[in-house]
Amino acid sequence: MQQIINFIFRNKNLLLYLLLLSIALGFTVQSHSYHQSKFFNSANWITGGIYKTSNNISDYFNLEIENEKLVQENIRLKQLLFNQEYNAEVPIDTLMLDTTQLDYTIVSAKIIKNNYSLLDNYITLNKGAKQGIQQDMGVITPNGILGIVENTSAKFSRVQSILNRRSNLNAKLKNTENFGSLIWNGKDYNTVQLIDIPRRVPIKIGDTILTGAASSIFPENILIGTIKKFDLDVSKSSYSIDVQLFNDMTNIKNVYIINNKNRAELKQLEAQNNVQY
Amino acid sequence: MSSTNYVILFLRFIVLVLAQVLLCNKIGFLGFINPVIYILFIYWYPIKQNRAVFILISFLLGFTIDVFSDTLAFHTAATVTIAYLRPTIMRFCFGVNFEFQSFKIASVPWIQKITFLALLISIHHLVFFSLEVFSFDNFLLILKKTILVSLASLLLCILFSSLFSVKKE
Repeated sequence: MQQIINFIFRNKNLLLYLLLLSIALGFTVQSHSYHQSKFFNSANWITGGIYKTSNNISDYFNLEIENEKLVQENIRLKQLLFNQEYNAEVPIDTLMLDTTQLDYTIVSAKIIKNNYSLLDNYITLNKGAKQGIQQDMGVITPNGILGIVENTSAKFSRVQSILNRRSNLNAKLKNTENFGSLIWNGKDYNTVQLIDIPRRVPIKIGDTILTGAASSIFPENILIGTIKKFDLDVSKSSYSIDVQLFNDMTNIKNVYIINNKNRAELKQLEAQNNVQY
Repeated sequence: MSSTNYVILFLRFIVLVLAQVLLCNKIGFLGFINPVIYILFIYWYPIKQNRAVFILISFLLGFTIDVFSDTLAFHTAATVTIAYLRPTIMRFCFGVNFEFQSFKIASVPWIQKITFLALLISIHHLVFFSLEVFSFDNFLLILKKTILVSLASLLLCILFSSLFSVKKE
């Protein structure tokens, strides 16, 4: 007994080190296999608050560029709106738009922390549960998709960026219904990978990639990027495609969070069919 | 250690954490080079203090950075490791005389200081990127990231430490 106590006293630094290291490794292993912990992330009130304060200051330096971007988007939307009016059989101003029946609702938010240099990147937004943000809502910018909400606190939320090795989204080729999975290999923050597109599909460099219909998070036909390079994968039966993103992931400020109101119903229906897994 | 020294340590902790998460984590040079400067806390920490407390503070430092950068808990593991290995590295860099009462880190030649700092940084980064990549298939990626980011961190840490050199301690 005496010897055990002596041993502990002699090696107390080593034991303390090993204890703390195993705590850290425990967190690491957990972060590689599950969603990260609910409180220890950049969206809790301390870290979110500090990022927000810092952003309140730095925002002023980019006001002009951000305004220009928003105006560009407004122009694009106005063009869509005006051209729609001439084509539609019923003019828009006579249409009663029942907002309770909309499939998707949209909340705007600002990025207060962006990251693209790691292999598993997360983005923090300045809206949270108080504004109705929940887990698994999609986040987009005017140029394309950005990620999926993973955790929310009262005032902040944390988004799993598409630049994350765990990100896996449904995407398809424009004008076809061939879909595959959009993943990231961690190498270049401008390029993501689209896999599982069958070999028989005719593709060429420059084709547009959009979100697919199989996702309950994003609406269909949201922009992602264009084909930069493609190659057959190891099995020679499907393509592995490098997709150049429309978004400049290093320079984003204003984003939109999409809430699919039918998501719960969809999930329930899918759960009924997939009981075995 | 007097109470003013504790205040200095506390302020240094806060300032280095903020500098790391608000400045250095946003550099993104070449897409992945974010220099790590909070290692200066380990570098500057007084030598003749309780090691257990030092390791605990390092754990807290790494953990704070991790929570801010959503990298649970790569920074923690790396920081605790260099905190534990610090006496060994010091013995390697400064010889046995660092254990004498009169030893001051400010009085050793600059080449020894830089070796000490470089060793701290490279061990930290090796642990950090091994955990981040988390697979041996990508060993070259770990090595590439470790070497390039270490160089950037070393450069920035030398600049910072010469800006805020602690002459009195």
